[in-house]
Amino acid sequence: MLATLAPVMPEIVLLSAACAILVIDLFLDEPRRKVSYWLAQAALLGTAWYVLATAHAAPAKGFGNMVVDDMLSDLLKLAALLCVSAGLFYGRQYFALRGLFRGETFVLTLFATLGMMVMISANSFLVLYLGLELMSLSLYALVALHRTQAAAAEAAMKYFVLGAMASGLFLYGTSMIYGATGSFDIDAVMRATLDGPANRILLVFGLVFVLSGIAFKLGAVPYHMWVPDVYHGAPTPVTLLIGTAPKLAAFALTLRVLAGALAGIEFDWQGMLIVLSLLSMIVGNVVAIAQSNVKRMLAYSTIANMGYMLMGFLAADLNGLSAALFYAITYVLTSLASFGVILLLSREGFECDALDDLRGLNQRSPWWAFIMLLVMFSLAGIPPTVGFYAKFAVIEAAVNAQFVWLAVVAVLASLVGAFYYLRVVKLMYFDEPVDRSAIEARGDARAILSLNGLALLALGILPQPLMGLCVVALTQSKFL
Amino acid sequence: MTAYLSLAIWVPIVAGLLVLAVGRDRDPGAARWIALAGAVCGFVVTLPLFFHFDTTTSAMQFVERHAWIPRFDVWYHLGVDGISVLFVVLNAFTTLLVVWSAWEVIQTRVAQYMAAFLVMSGLINGAFAALDAVLFYVFFEAMLIPMYLIIGVWGGPNRVYAAVKFFLYTLLGSLLMLVALVYLYGASETFAFREWYELPLELSTQILLFVAFFLAFAVKVPMWPVHTWLPDAHVEAPTGGSVVLAAITLKIGAYGFVRFILPILPDASRYLSTFVIVLSLIAVVYIGFVALVQADMKKLIAYSSISHMGFVTLGFFLFNQLGTVGGLVQMLSHGFVSAAMFLCVGVLYDRVHSRRIADYGGVVNTMPRFAAFVVLFAMANAGLPATSGFVGEFMVILAAVQVNFWLAFLAGTTLVLGAAYTLWMVKRVVFGAVANPNVAALKDLDRREFWLLAVLAAMVLLMGIWPKPFVDVMNASVADLLAHVAKSKL
Repeated sequence: MLATLAPVMPEIVLLSAACAILVIDLFLDEPRRKVSYWLAQAALLGTAWYVLATAHAAPAKGFGNMVVDDMLSDLLKLAALLCVSAGLFYGRQYFALRGLFRGETFVLTLFATLGMMVMISANSFLVLYLGLELMSLSLYALVALHRTQAAAAEAAMKYFVLGAMASGLFLYGTSMIYGATGSFDIDAVMRATLDGPANRILLVFGLVFVLSGIAFKLGAVPYHMWVPDVYHGAPTPVTLLIGTAPKLAAFALTLRVLAGALAGIEFDWQGMLIVLSLLSMIVGNVVAIAQSNVKRMLAYSTIANMGYMLMGFLAADLNGLSAALFYAITYVLTSLASFGVILLLSREGFECDALDDLRGLNQRSPWWAFIMLLVMFSLAGIPPTVGFYAKFAVIEAAVNAQFVWLAVVAVLASLVGAFYYLRVVKLMYFDEPVDRSAIEARGDARAILSLNGLALLALGILPQPLMGLCVVALTQSKFL
Repeated sequence: MTAYLSLAIWVPIVAGLLVLAVGRDRDPGAARWIALAGAVCGFVVTLPLFFHFDTTTSAMQFVERHAWIPRFDVWYHLGVDGISVLFVVLNAFTTLLVVWSAWEVIQTRVAQYMAAFLVMSGLINGAFAALDAVLFYVFFEAMLIPMYLIIGVWGGPNRVYAAVKFFLYTLLGSLLMLVALVYLYGASETFAFREWYELPLELSTQILLFVAFFLAFAVKVPMWPVHTWLPDAHVEAPTGGSVVLAAITLKIGAYGFVRFILPILPDASRYLSTFVIVLSLIAVVYIGFVALVQADMKKLIAYSSISHMGFVTLGFFLFNQLGTVGGLVQMLSHGFVSAAMFLCVGVLYDRVHSRRIADYGGVVNTMPRFAAFVVLFAMANAGLPATSGFVGEFMVILAAVQVNFWLAFLAGTTLVLGAAYTLWMVKRVVFGAVANPNVAALKDLDRREFWLLAVLAAMVLLMGIWPKPFVDVMNASVADLLAHVAKSKL
């Protein structure tokens, strides 16, 4: 019995912990709220430890082939758990100063994480959908956490309505794929599409709907409208949560559906991905220039970055997919640090969300200015930061797949992108500070954010360990 | 065997980080001394590269090779030949000058200033020494970051515009080059660019790759018409920034021509040589005239840099030994002369806080020693025999005569134009009667400034009178390069 549960053991651990925290929190009074916080951290880190301890090379399937526990899922889960944990560390003070330091915040975060883990491990369209919904519903609620703020309520509403539609599209597409192949099982669908007896027209229709749902979750153009508003309206730690770990889950979703289940109709989705990727890179980078709000700017930067990541999928070989995986992980690491700095600079009654709030940061604190400098150059893809190797890998994949023109457009779009990243550096280094107040932050958040920022540089100087790991994870997981 | 090249790269970078860690804004003394120590060490470790260099071979020397990113077959692969070795030494030498020249001049955020220059010096050495295309690209692009900060933080009133323009211009070219590098990797399965010298390529492919590489390096050189970032960057940058830009970073563009474009794309290079020669001549003649009318000393020297670099690209695309060596000598000489000219302007700017020619006149009356140096460097800039400026220009003109008389004639106008704009500026600034009270109040060079300029003056004269040691280092490698250029890949 226990053996069949082994592939989902991390999820069980996290679910039990989340339920326990939900109950324990009822018995805590306000001053002791931090017990729930630390329990949530313990749940995340404990699960991360469990994932690491039980990591193994050979893929194991459970629940009638509905979930898979392979090296790829271990890697993605570990990254997602650590990322959420770091996000809670960064956001703690922000939550506390705004009355959001509550049990439901932590429990919803844990449930969202659980949803991501389910998505990452799913080997069936239905399980994918379950994970997707669990994650999305928790995130909708988290966006609305700040009940009294109109912007937050509006963002939550927008996110919910559009998100529900995207889920509907995904489900509708799934039903068509089921109709064409007679199965929800990703392996079975893959066999059916590769062998070719399936109803091709139905399959392609299903693909269009499924891909629309995926593009919405990734925030790829033209399904990107929600991204800036949600990033802007949500409390910053929730923006951090939305902007980081779910991208890993969305990567897994894209991988399992496109490169896994629908590998047989690669030619059909390749064209769609080119359009999504091209539009995302161009629109994201161009529109970001016009933003005066850091969170909105980072939202458009996310859109652009997802476009680059999708380029890795075009080739659908080991080279391209491992480039996309590397891109996803390093993007999440970079994005995490960017929101970390914004949270660090926010304080009671002051949101650091206008670009001008970063003015003169170098004179207020050279260290945090340096960390933000690394983040910006990493997002812009300038060596020696890790962002360069991420872009390099996907460009290599595109050129390798004979899409040289797309690579040229991609680098030109990144030139446009460099402009607004440079503007942030300009504000921090060239301008005089308007606000000279001291930076208050907890020691643990400072230490983790410093490590996070330096990791961008360290991985930029020695990218091989992570790159190699991405290749090994995909090979061991028998993708391709 | 000592890893001199790794030392040349990492000693300045580590020193720079140390300066950042130790330096305090309130007490800049420690930062200055550590920076100076770092620059001296960085220079000393490059000396064996020159003195132990074997001039009889064109093979790479001081080679280091370690696996770096096996995922893409990228190696930490360093080595220098006769073409690159001198620039590593020149760069370390210039860094020393820059740190020294900033001693009292820079008073705000001293540690960051020194650190930026030291880190950049290491990165530039890396670009000259890299034998792996990705390693080269990483160094090539990473050096934009410190330069962007140097111009933007310590620059003049319009510094933000200049810094952003500098960054984006350079990035545009280098991003297209990245695609070209990746394409060549796809065709050859290796990033060791010396192996690309033997890679057969269609002419149409070569031309497309040529465009990508050419944009990257032409912006850096800079060649007309993509030169417009340079006057802005030079004018706004602090003195040290201008010195490094003119003396070193421009050379990386020209170095890219001989390291990548000529040997990897020989057929496209020959096919498009007329195009490049025409652009070079426009730089030499037209930009020479543009320099003539400048009212700002730094801008004038910036345009004169573009004009001189036009000679370098001209020499390379004549495809003969004399022209190529002449171009390389011109690069070295320009490294000394432009550094000296910018330092001279810096000396005046520190006292009067103006770069406008009209604000000066009769400086010789109050600063006689300074005036002597200025005249010497001006002569070198104009290409007077017995100064370093003459050697390279003369070689390139001789090479041009072998190809076409009118080519040589047009190139030769630089001797007139260079003399005109440089000497006219010297006449207006240095000679004549004392123009205004500011000039009357000028104090002559202090000991630090004197020795700074004296060292450069010695180098300019040494290269002018006895260029043999420099040329000997280059000959074997240039001959090897030309053998590659002559061999068709079709």
